[in-house]
Amino acid sequence: MAHAKPQHDYHLVDPSPWPLLTSLTVVVMLTGAVVWMKGMFGLPEGTKWMFFAGLAGVLFCMFGWWRDVIRESQKGDHTPVVQIGLRYGMIMFIASEVMLFVSFFWMFFDMAIFNEARTLTPEIGNWAETGAAWATWPPKGVELLDPWSLPLLNTVILLLSGTTVTWAHHAIIKNDRDGAKLALWITVILGLIFSGVQAYEYYHIIHSKLFFNEAAMNSGLYGSMFFLITGFHGFHVAVGTIFLAVCLLRLYLGQMSPEKHFGFEAAAWYWHFVDVVWLFLFAFMYVVYG
Amino acid sequence: MASASATDNHVPGFFTRWFFSTNHKDIGVLYLIFAIFTGLVGGALSGLIRWELAEPGIQLFKEGTIIQQLGIVEASKHGFNVTVTAHALIMVFFVVMPATMGGFANYFTPIMIGAPDMAFPRLNNISFWMLVAAFIMLCISMFVDGGPGRGFGGGWTAYPPLSTMGHTGPSFDMAIFSLHIAGASSILGSINFITTIFNMRAPGMTLHRMPLFAWGVLITAFLLLLSLPVLAGAITMLLTDRNFGTSFFDPAGGGDPVMYQHLFWFFGHPEVYIMILPGFGMISHIVSTFSKKPIFGYLAMAYAMVAIGFIGFIVWAHHMYTVGMSIELRTYFVAATMIIAVPTGVKIFSWIATMWGGSLTFKTPMLWAMGFIFLFTVGGVTGVVLSNAGMDYSLHDTYYVVAHFHYVLSLGAVFSIFAGFYYWFEKMFGVKYNEFLGQLHFWIMFIGVNVIFFPQHFLGLQGMPRRYIDYPEAYTLWNHVSSVGYLITIVGVGVFLIMLIEAAIRRRPAEANPWGEGATTLEWTLSSPPPYHQFNELPVVKADDHH
Repeated sequence: MAHAKPQHDYHLVDPSPWPLLTSLTVVVMLTGAVVWMKGMFGLPEGTKWMFFAGLAGVLFCMFGWWRDVIRESQKGDHTPVVQIGLRYGMIMFIASEVMLFVSFFWMFFDMAIFNEARTLTPEIGNWAETGAAWATWPPKGVELLDPWSLPLLNTVILLLSGTTVTWAHHAIIKNDRDGAKLALWITVILGLIFSGVQAYEYYHIIHSKLFFNEAAMNSGLYGSMFFLITGFHGFHVAVGTIFLAVCLLRLYLGQMSPEKHFGFEAAAWYWHFVDVVWLFLFAFMYVVYG
Repeated sequence: MASASATDNHVPGFFTRWFFSTNHKDIGVLYLIFAIFTGLVGGALSGLIRWELAEPGIQLFKEGTIIQQLGIVEASKHGFNVTVTAHALIMVFFVVMPATMGGFANYFTPIMIGAPDMAFPRLNNISFWMLVAAFIMLCISMFVDGGPGRGFGGGWTAYPPLSTMGHTGPSFDMAIFSLHIAGASSILGSINFITTIFNMRAPGMTLHRMPLFAWGVLITAFLLLLSLPVLAGAITMLLTDRNFGTSFFDPAGGGDPVMYQHLFWFFGHPEVYIMILPGFGMISHIVSTFSKKPIFGYLAMAYAMVAIGFIGFIVWAHHMYTVGMSIELRTYFVAATMIIAVPTGVKIFSWIATMWGGSLTFKTPMLWAMGFIFLFTVGGVTGVVLSNAGMDYSLHDTYYVVAHFHYVLSLGAVFSIFAGFYYWFEKMFGVKYNEFLGQLHFWIMFIGVNVIFFPQHFLGLQGMPRRYIDYPEAYTLWNHVSSVGYLITIVGVGVFLIMLIEAAIRRRPAEANPWGEGATTLEWTLSSPPPYHQFNELPVVKADDHH
């Protein structure tokens, strides 16, 4: 029994320091976030070093962890059955991400569909003004964005990047390295353009006081909702862009073969997920309730 | 192929083995040790609650008492609220879930389905260490400023506006992040379980031949995967309301505090099934083993759990009957909630039918399992009472609710944990426990917890509200009885610890299968404890021989 070679294709992973180190650095990072927001342990509010020290640790651990995964993959640990497992894992991860957005969209629909229910707010203090502010859509003082200008442009950009990532996939399968690199470059750049446009739109909203102004005093929920959903989506776009950029780097390093390129497929799935969330966001936040 | 050090049965050195582990059995043991430790902490906190409530008036949470000398929580009414909050959070996230989904599921799911380890062993380890990280953050939160005093005292449900405007200090921000990490830990763990069960079953181990414990783990993992991100979203909005001036739950800006309750209970209700479904699986194995019969209605048992899991997602607002929902909405939630009693009844009756005509032996695990069936049924019946919106209007937030959920959790889930602990004790630790001490532990705990919680039904029906530090004298008798029950339970916990020490000193060598022909699942085909990496050659499962 002892020292017997396993007669199966599963991957028994060597002991690893990363889980423990990641957890420790996460504690430092999030405690640092509270210190930053509130001040704690005698440190004044606004102290940032603890958060960034933790963040650096987390990023270092993520780098080390994924480096190990890539090395194991290169070593041949990712047999076909292990690759199926990775697929299940990625699908489940995306499913949980979908549920995160479900919670935000649930809030959004509660606000958008039942805006008039807010007129039933009991008339305590300034809540009466809240009721009046929400009697109409959009709520008082909020200037909505035109869906058919920058948001439409961003929709087209994301949809286009969805097609170029598929182009890259087909090129990898056909072993067309140059085509894959070109297509993936375009995808990453489109992702960056999307983020740039989104940043410009944020600047425009804040600079022109579209959501947050004197008149919109009792309509704060709209702006909160807008920045929460687009902000979380934007964060996922950034993560997806980095994920694709890593795949691009690995493509240059020759780590994507026509037979085995799950890292790329996972990035593409993630990118499509980000795309679908945007379409939903565009349809409801900008068009239907815009 | 994997490298040499992982494939042979060479056990790594102490630090590497326990801190850098990628072995599902070692991680399972770590989870169990963690759950025993946190269980003692959470149990001690409930001791403070029962001590305070033993008599009317305030005797413990005031200046000059042992509370002030200990300095763990403030010697004030706020300190009582902090104690109640911490007790709930610790018991839910850091005791029951680590013990069932962390400990037993990690240790036995791969073995039962004939797999050499989990699908993602490193991910498995971060699930554990993130839980430790979350616990550290929760502990820190108890010692920093909460707003009205030290620590967060807004209850484990953390309803706004108390959690946003009432507790403005950093304490609750720490608790929010603690829940974020604990949630991430559970999501990663459930991704791991689902992948393992779908992808790594041994040849011949079809889903319809899979042991019921593995079924319970699979369904629980789906519940975790789909409900925890919603909690994460809700507490993220609490966080931004507290720190960045958003108004999600603030009516002054158009927000809606009731929406927080919807989001919270969309997670919170599946959460109660998350805590009990692995227990259902364990009880099925134990009842079958000690009846020397296969489980009655295997497929019905599996799909009853699927049904409970599914319906668990569509009944959340029965926690919110008093927020002013329309009568139609309440009618729906009453009906949907009551329907859960049907698959639950399938399970209870199937356990009884398994025992019927069986060759029963009342070893310690069987005693715990029968205790579970009895007490869970009591908790289930009071659950049906509470599911009526009309009844709930008067019972909402009373001790009747406290008694109900302690019957299904403290007496249900915890009894199933002890049942599983004794059932697999030899298998996991390689030594036998003392049968007398095990049975003594059961009887003292069984009497103790019933004396604690049964009187709370009376208190609730008399109208005593939960979460208060004080009560009118009319409630004295049953509160006193309840606190006496706590003392009995403490003796039971003491016997449990003595049992552990006795087994560790005596080291009676374990058998591979101490339970005989009734124990048919794959873990009993291995040595006790199993080799460091089991199933180097995968087992082949034929027909229905291993469930």
